[in-house]
Amino acid sequence: MKAETATAQIPPDTRMRNKKPASGGRFWRSFKNQKYLWMMSIPFVIWAFVFSYLPLWGWTMAFQKYKPARGFFEQEWVGFEHFKILFTDSQFLLALRNTLAMSGMGLIAGFIFPITFAILLNELRLGFFKRFAQTVSYLPHFVSWVVAAGIVTKMLSSENGLVNDVMLAIGFIDTPIQFMAQGHLFWGIVTLSDVWKETGWNAIIYLAAISGIGPELYEAARVDGASRLRQVWHITLPGIRPTITVLLIMSVGNLLNIGFEKQFLLGNNLVTDYSQVLDLYSLKYGLGMARYSYGTAINIFNSVISVILLFTINGIFKRTTKESLL
Amino acid sequence: MGNTAITGKSWPDRIFDFIVYFVVLFVVVITIYPFLNVLAISLNDSVDSVRGGITIYPREFTWENYMKIFTFSGLITGFKISAFRTLIGTLLGLISASMLAFTISRPDFAGRKFVSTFLAMTMYISGGIIPIYMLIKDLHMMNSFAVYVLPGLVSAFNIFVIRSFIDGLPYALQESAKLDGANDFTIYWRIILPLMKPALATIALFLAVGQWNAWFDTYLYNGSSPNLTTLQYELMKVLQTTTSGNGGDYRSNIASMANNQVSPESLKMAITIVVTVPILLVYPFIQKYFVKGMTLGAVKS
Repeated sequence: MKAETATAQIPPDTRMRNKKPASGGRFWRSFKNQKYLWMMSIPFVIWAFVFSYLPLWGWTMAFQKYKPARGFFEQEWVGFEHFKILFTDSQFLLALRNTLAMSGMGLIAGFIFPITFAILLNELRLGFFKRFAQTVSYLPHFVSWVVAAGIVTKMLSSENGLVNDVMLAIGFIDTPIQFMAQGHLFWGIVTLSDVWKETGWNAIIYLAAISGIGPELYEAARVDGASRLRQVWHITLPGIRPTITVLLIMSVGNLLNIGFEKQFLLGNNLVTDYSQVLDLYSLKYGLGMARYSYGTAINIFNSVISVILLFTINGIFKRTTKESLL
Repeated sequence: MGNTAITGKSWPDRIFDFIVYFVVLFVVVITIYPFLNVLAISLNDSVDSVRGGITIYPREFTWENYMKIFTFSGLITGFKISAFRTLIGTLLGLISASMLAFTISRPDFAGRKFVSTFLAMTMYISGGIIPIYMLIKDLHMMNSFAVYVLPGLVSAFNIFVIRSFIDGLPYALQESAKLDGANDFTIYWRIILPLMKPALATIALFLAVGQWNAWFDTYLYNGSSPNLTTLQYELMKVLQTTTSGNGGDYRSNIASMANNQVSPESLKMAITIVVTVPILLVYPFIQKYFVKGMTLGAVKS
């Protein structure tokens, strides 16, 4: 109320210059003044509403015994029944375990490797080799997971697969290992495939952060006689800490949204106990068996956990460091 | 000792240097070797390939594998659909992202806060596979080309990358254009868009890569429309025949090809190359833009 009276007393000219959105009755005039801006944004906002917000309405399915033929008010409501079934289903718990295991491993590997690689690239003295190595390193980022999974399967194959061939040649093993057929290797294969595909690409951000560190810091360290390793430890790493923190928070928020592409494409019937993740589980039981309500309950569980994780990790970082995302 | 003083390098530093070069070289080799290996097998006589031992160059060079796969109609259709969706999807995506980025970058825009919050939320909330599937079904977008382009049209991440780029441009440019009587759309079209080329190139690359590499939407929505399947989906079906036994219809295709003295392995590698090469041809041209564009967007958003 108070704010409104205050704005009303300011002459129109000043208000324009204040660049504050006009309120209440003057909305229409401002709308006409900015009609192009509105026309350029509203269609897309409606778009985003349809494809991002409207599916949330579908969440009601999880609390119903959803039958596609019936209208919304004809559905039978069942409360949390589907969630109860969910938490007692051993397949769901397996999928949850696999999701957490692979996203946890991915999170750790996805930090260590790009940061290390960026630091190594930064330490290269030959400009030509640095550019070459960088260009090559993000090549796999541009190929699809379909192609990447095909390549990984080929390299790990027991017939003429590179990994087996090399290990046989150096006498590390006597018989080829059937990598893709062993469940307990699946998490590692997924994680390392991801490392192979994305390390170079993810290193770009860290490399940019490193290049923002003032050269005088390295100069001073050199004068003090610090070795290259000590310079990395005491200057480079602390220098990119804000970048590391922000990216860490973002990845933790997406911990459960690891996707399913890798698991879908690299998995096979022999390793389902280790390759089944929440999204695939929801796909298989929800769409595959037309249990839409049950599948939606899994999706909701996924989203809720993600949001909780995001807020938790953001809170922790807010308290311990100054960095925060929200 | 004297040597160290001249070059300014101590032994630990030299060892450090050696390790750095060695590790980076190792990364380069394991990154690029698989691609060269696939290329070599695709260009090698398929019967000979079965013997194994092919590294980065073909032992018995032939184009036959490529000839074979291009007689296969699914692949031609897939190529067309993939190329078309990449073109349309990139173009529409660029228009939506640049327009929205422009409007939310305007400090005087009354809807600025609402629009940007509304968009930012979409990065964190998602209905999940089933509700989205049901929505697509209700909108009658199953078995249509539209499903490739429309659902992903507005991407908050791309919008924020472009927006931070616009924020870097002097606002005075827009103000003086306004004094000259230009309306907001003219400012966007005539002033902002031409200045945004580096950011647009970056986003165009993201969009094009995303469109070209997508396969799951085909699998989910258009799998039963042979005239709408994409190249990645075709490759997926071929590759999955041996790994898990999905896509059984392809097994017979592959088997019939195999009868013509061509081993499935070589065909898979040839298809892999056909799927990969177009996107690899694009990226060196845009590379100079995207490193800059991506860092900018990532640091700010």
